[in-house]
Amino acid sequence: MKSEEFAAIMVNFLFLNFKCLIFFITFAPETNNNGMFITKGLTSFGRYLMLMGRTFSRPERLRMFGKEYIKEMAQLGVNSIGIVLLISFFIGAVICIQMKLNIQSPWMPRWVTGYTTREIMLLEFSSSIMCLILAGKVGSNIASEIGTMRVTQQIDALDIMGVNSACYLILPKILGMMTIMPFLVIFSSATGILGAYATAYIGHILPPDDLTLGLQHTFVPWFVWMSIIKSTFFAFIISSVPSFFGYTVEGGSVNVGKASTDAVVTSSVLILFSDVFLTRLLS
Amino acid sequence: MIEVRNLYKNFEDKNVLNNISTTFENGKTNLIIGQSGSGKTVLMKNLVGLLTPTSGQVLYDGRDFVAMTKKEKVLMRREMGMIFQSAALFDSMTVLENVMFPLDMFAPMTLRDRIRRAKECLDRVDLAGKEEKYPGEISGGQQKRVAIARAIALNPKYLFCDEPNSGLDPKTSLVIDDLLHSITKEYNMTTIINTHDMNSVMGIGENIIFIYEGHKEWQGVSAEIMHSSNQRLTDFIFASDLLKNMRNIVLKHEK
Repeated sequence: MKSEEFAAIMVNFLFLNFKCLIFFITFAPETNNNGMFITKGLTSFGRYLMLMGRTFSRPERLRMFGKEYIKEMAQLGVNSIGIVLLISFFIGAVICIQMKLNIQSPWMPRWVTGYTTREIMLLEFSSSIMCLILAGKVGSNIASEIGTMRVTQQIDALDIMGVNSACYLILPKILGMMTIMPFLVIFSSATGILGAYATAYIGHILPPDDLTLGLQHTFVPWFVWMSIIKSTFFAFIISSVPSFFGYTVEGGSVNVGKASTDAVVTSSVLILFSDVFLTRLLS
Repeated sequence: MIEVRNLYKNFEDKNVLNNISTTFENGKTNLIIGQSGSGKTVLMKNLVGLLTPTSGQVLYDGRDFVAMTKKEKVLMRREMGMIFQSAALFDSMTVLENVMFPLDMFAPMTLRDRIRRAKECLDRVDLAGKEEKYPGEISGGQQKRVAIARAIALNPKYLFCDEPNSGLDPKTSLVIDDLLHSITKEYNMTTIINTHDMNSVMGIGENIIFIYEGHKEWQGVSAEIMHSSNQRLTDFIFASDLLKNMRNIVLKHEK
């Protein structure tokens, strides 16, 4: 077996285990009542599709839509750049250190650390894991914002005015997030690699030349596109699912909190599920 | 004018509105009164289309709102204004932006005209100078007045108010009542107010509908309440000992 094949298998194995673990943790308590769970799930899915049907309609005023679209890009995307860069930098550094300490050996070529760091950052961390992190930050923000608007009758006020509240509130969030996400992915990958270089130059974990060699080894440009496509799909999940949970809240502040939690959990599970299918489809 | 014909509303097995037929007149402050849980809010939500009646008709100047298509309802709603119990102002917008919102969405006006119209409406509710404040920075009474300004920005034909005095002190409640009454006359609107406030009932009630356990128990004007023989109505209106005694004194004095 070639050493690069071995490295790729190792990377896939680690991520598959991680995804299975999260899936079972999320679903284990729910499986006690399978019938009810399926009925509830299908009902929610139907209501989600109906809401998306209302959301993807022509905005009443394009000027107002444009204003909201730019506002959402700034609020959901640009305001997330800081956390994306911070996490990516340190994860890039840690992956590089772990690969060097655990995989690099006299039997491995000297480029293996750089190669695995690049592949993990590009294929999984910057697209999938970063989206999982953003599902927490952005998802809870969206669900609580729209949920609060629902319980304080602001959404009713929009409906009474004759405004398509779903389109006005949700569409700019979805399109804004889908627009900004590819940039976040590129920033994340680049910062992760900077983190790896930091371990080489500052921490002297490995020679920078070895890292550069690994980063450039058998680079497939399609992987960058794959990462962007996956993350754009996840951006849709991160923005539409919490919007659904927020929009359909009934009751008071306790239910808004619950909707926020449900939105994050459901978005995370859907990202993990769809990651498996998208990875298979795009690879 | 809004006419309600044989309106029923059920939630699963529970019958909340039972054969309501009434008329809300144009240019008058129409009040819906009743105990908590009697169906007032459900009736109002059916009128504005936030709920769909199980059966019956809601006629806006002869146009059946229930039978309208979604598109027709959207257009119809542009003729309505609503003031919610919680004011329902948009938190992320300033007072001026809140009032400008319906104008931004629907009025074919220039930005300068929209700002001018919004400032006119704020001036009308005595809130000039509060344009740049956010809803969280003004009092409950001022929030209600902003909601009124927003509701009248597009010159609606029908104004709905769901408990506009809730959470306000008696003096501020009177200000809101006077404002709603004078705006109704000024714009010649059909105004419907859901209320628990007896000051509103006696002060601005030009057409009062009393809902009891989902059906229309009584309809009349405020002057008739004092002499009404309807026990449920008098028990509701004159619930406190103070009001009961006052009524007895007035009736004794008249004899």
